[in-house]
Amino acid sequence: MSEAAFLLSTTVNGEPVTVAAPHHWTLLEVLRYKLDLIGSKQGCDKGDCGACTVQLDGEPVLACLTLAAHAQGREVTTVEGLGHCHGGCHPLQDAFDRWTAAQCGFCTPGILMSAEALIRKRGRAVEHTEVAEALAGNLCRCTGYTKILDAVVDASQQMHPAPGKE
Amino acid sequence: MATDANNPSPEDAPSHDPWQLGQSHRKVDAMERMRGITRYTDDLKLPGMLHAKILRSPHAHARIKSIDTSKALALEGVFAIVTGQDFKIPYGIIPWTPDENALAVDKVLHVGDGVAAVAARDEDTAIAAMRLIEVEYEVLKAFFDPEESLANTDRSLSINPYGRKGNLSKRVLLEFGEVEQKISGADLVVEGDYFFEGTTHGAIEPHCALAHVEGDMSKSGILTVWSATQVSHYLHRELSKVLEIPAHRIRVIQPPLGGAFGGKSEPFDLEFCAAKLAMLTGRPVKLLYTREEVFYSHRGRHPMKMHYRTGFTREGKITGVDARTILDGGAYSSFGLVTTYYSGQLLCAPYEFASYRFESLRAYTNKPACGPKRGHGSVQPRFAMEIQLDKAAVALGIDPIELRRRNNLGSESTTVNKFRVGSNGFSECLDKVEAASGWRERKPKLPYGRGLGVAGSTYISGTNYPIYPNEMPQAAVQICLDRSGRARVFSGANDIGQGSNTMLAVIVSEELGLPLEDIRVLSADTDLCPVDLGAYSSRITLMVGNACMQAAQKLRRKVCAAVAKRWEIPRRRVALIARKALDLENPDRSVPLREAFCWAEADNGLLGEVGSYNTPKDRHGDYRGGTIGASPAYSFTAHLAEVEVDPETGIVDVKTIWVAHDCGKALSKRIVEGQIEGSTYMGFGEALMEQHVVDPQHNGVHASPSFLDYRMPTFLDTPKLEAMIVEAPDANGPYGAKEAGEGPLHSSIPAIANAIYDAVGVRIDTLPFSPAKVLAAIDARREQEAAGLVPEHKSGQTHGRRSA
Ligand code: FES
Ligand code: FES
Repeated sequence: MSEAAFLLSTTVNGEPVTVAAPHHWTLLEVLRYKLDLIGSKQGCDKGDCGACTVQLDGEPVLACLTLAAHAQGREVTTVEGLGHCHGGCHPLQDAFDRWTAAQCGFCTPGILMSAEALIRKRGRAVEHTEVAEALAGNLCRCTGYTKILDAVVDASQQMHPAPGKE
Repeated sequence: MATDANNPSPEDAPSHDPWQLGQSHRKVDAMERMRGITRYTDDLKLPGMLHAKILRSPHAHARIKSIDTSKALALEGVFAIVTGQDFKIPYGIIPWTPDENALAVDKVLHVGDGVAAVAARDEDTAIAAMRLIEVEYEVLKAFFDPEESLANTDRSLSINPYGRKGNLSKRVLLEFGEVEQKISGADLVVEGDYFFEGTTHGAIEPHCALAHVEGDMSKSGILTVWSATQVSHYLHRELSKVLEIPAHRIRVIQPPLGGAFGGKSEPFDLEFCAAKLAMLTGRPVKLLYTREEVFYSHRGRHPMKMHYRTGFTREGKITGVDARTILDGGAYSSFGLVTTYYSGQLLCAPYEFASYRFESLRAYTNKPACGPKRGHGSVQPRFAMEIQLDKAAVALGIDPIELRRRNNLGSESTTVNKFRVGSNGFSECLDKVEAASGWRERKPKLPYGRGLGVAGSTYISGTNYPIYPNEMPQAAVQICLDRSGRARVFSGANDIGQGSNTMLAVIVSEELGLPLEDIRVLSADTDLCPVDLGAYSSRITLMVGNACMQAAQKLRRKVCAAVAKRWEIPRRRVALIARKALDLENPDRSVPLREAFCWAEADNGLLGEVGSYNTPKDRHGDYRGGTIGASPAYSFTAHLAEVEVDPETGIVDVKTIWVAHDCGKALSKRIVEGQIEGSTYMGFGEALMEQHVVDPQHNGVHASPSFLDYRMPTFLDTPKLEAMIVEAPDANGPYGAKEAGEGPLHSSIPAIANAIYDAVGVRIDTLPFSPAKVLAAIDARREQEAAGLVPEHKSGQTHGRRSA
């Protein structure tokens, strides 16, 4: 690499990471090319599709529009980090699996990261309309969205059972 | 050719109720995708890998006078550069029309045509090198309008150098019955002009290829190409042809795919370039399209200009259809020969026509080439046809659903163009959408601005004849069982996200009693798997499913025989269910399948079987072109849309689309629903917002080569989709199954158009239904109403009507 590089120190999926990267690289490039975290997808590299969505300090961001330097000293969570605290499979992943909400699955990592942030911030079961709003920046070309909406709502209910139902 | 799948023996019939078919399943490969573990093509990385980029033409039509690559080659980090001179052999997905080169040889035919490819140590270096390549062009007059292109008589301006008839790419004229007489003698003739705008696939994964050479390619070396393709077999053939390497020394692997929809169903420049650059450098070479390049590679839906005349009796029966269509093909043939036939041939169901004539002309233009997009060639004529029917229903005072019922072709029938149709669940599809939407009670009462519209359609489950003529099976599957108690299924079929790997696992599961997680489906690797023709024309469930069922049944017989022998009971008493072999008459007696497999292996040797499928050859007409569009089985669909049209702005808000689809038999329920929903969604996007166009004012550059500017429906745009499955089992389908992946797109578009008419009384006969267009039509109608030329639309229901 001919361009000057800088040292990026960040936390990725709970692990401290220090890596040299060119100044102009995006977070998506560092994740995919330096750290081999290929779960975050590049659908457009322009901020239009949401396939690259990861979380920065818990907030969903488009990794293709986020300079790697922006992650300095912060916490990055990718889809690879989603299942860790849930015995390898997050309730969202389980619900997506049951609902067949992933067809080609290329949009799915980004959608999972957006959906996880929504449910965490609401702290309760969510409804179809608010899911659609939260996921409006994530394109899916396969599903027509129907089963994704059902799966997110279902997962949120699993995570936050209605009182008296447990 | 008779195969076991076509003529199942009574012994093959299961001796118990299905335990897997029709259930909802977890897909065999979804969890890895959702956890970010699955490696799609761009996720692959090899030691020493180079990155390649393609330099593309800024001109829509130009002669290449010279290319100087010396400065680029001198740049540090550049390993090799290829141009059209390295790829002199033309190719094309249809063997009769090889009219493209991997890179432009003497001429560029559209903005974005590939001119040279660079391999460098990284993408940035490759991009810098591209800028140093000097190309001298002589710019030629470009044609952006198909009719202007067809009218051109100056041979020096013919677009495609391989074209044999100037700018005419293909013409088809077919006539069945006395059309003129039947139409002119009809009680009602509906005549209309329609325009279907071009649209593109928009798969979220961009095209990508990785090539790697082992050994000396001039002797016995092996070239491996990983590609995000949906047709590995055809790619394999064309690589062999263009690179002049025998096919047995090329291996094509399709890694898991991020959507395709027809957009990855032929070879592209990137596969040839990556392969050639890998051969020249001896290093692995990866080439990933930018999103902009995906838009320029296109091969999407052809824009079609259609003129339709349809005759009806007073009772609403169709007496004749006369269709004239101009297809805007773009710079290359792609699948265009087939598209031109399909634009007429696939219209002849679900309705019975007494007579039919179509003439379709495909023009070359200086635009990205069009090809197959979900519902190849038949979505456009369906749009025209279903609006024609709606106009007739209004003119005749017949309920639009009733009009369609009266023309229903029915099952075990023959279309006017001589295709044999087997099962047909169309009337049940109509019943379902009618009931679910509350059509009968609600339609008469909906206020001005609100409307319901219906449309119907049909689609093929694969084509009876392969793309290149041969008599070998169209699908083959190999299955091995082993002593660990699992099955490995080898299939050349491309799982493009539609779930075909899961479909095969469900069939193996049903036959062999293994749960899905004990079945490994290994697909789309030309070294490991039998040849399969790929994921197009909705062929996989029917064809590959039949082949898979045949192989699995052979194995079931062996396993059941081995168990029966040890239990000393007849073979038919043994059932394989839920990881067990059991005695149907004594359910307490069972043995784990793993052990049953060991018994069978002890009796027979290694447990492997193959199955193959070939299509029936007696289901088409005996005329030139009569095989094109003939299928073993046809699916049927009805859509019913509810819209709200804002008369102040012309904005169409689609509230709900009910869709009922006859897939013969849903092997896996939620996957089929997902196909129906995804198709309907895609049609909705084409109806309301999508436009794949170039800008003639700016030399033919793409007007919207990004997901921001090419608008596809988001979560917020998409209406409520209510998918309903109808099952009219077909004798030619595995367990009766037919296609579900493309049919349910077609009629969603005209259903919306017809709902707009119901809402505000205007016909929108051109796509997309943009607010400006709808508003202009509403204003024009209001002027006519004011002048007393037409009655006030929904005059009794003024609620919602805009004040003058
Ligand atoms: S890749 Fe980042 S938004 Fe598309
Ligand atoms: S599942 Fe394919 S893009 Fe969403």
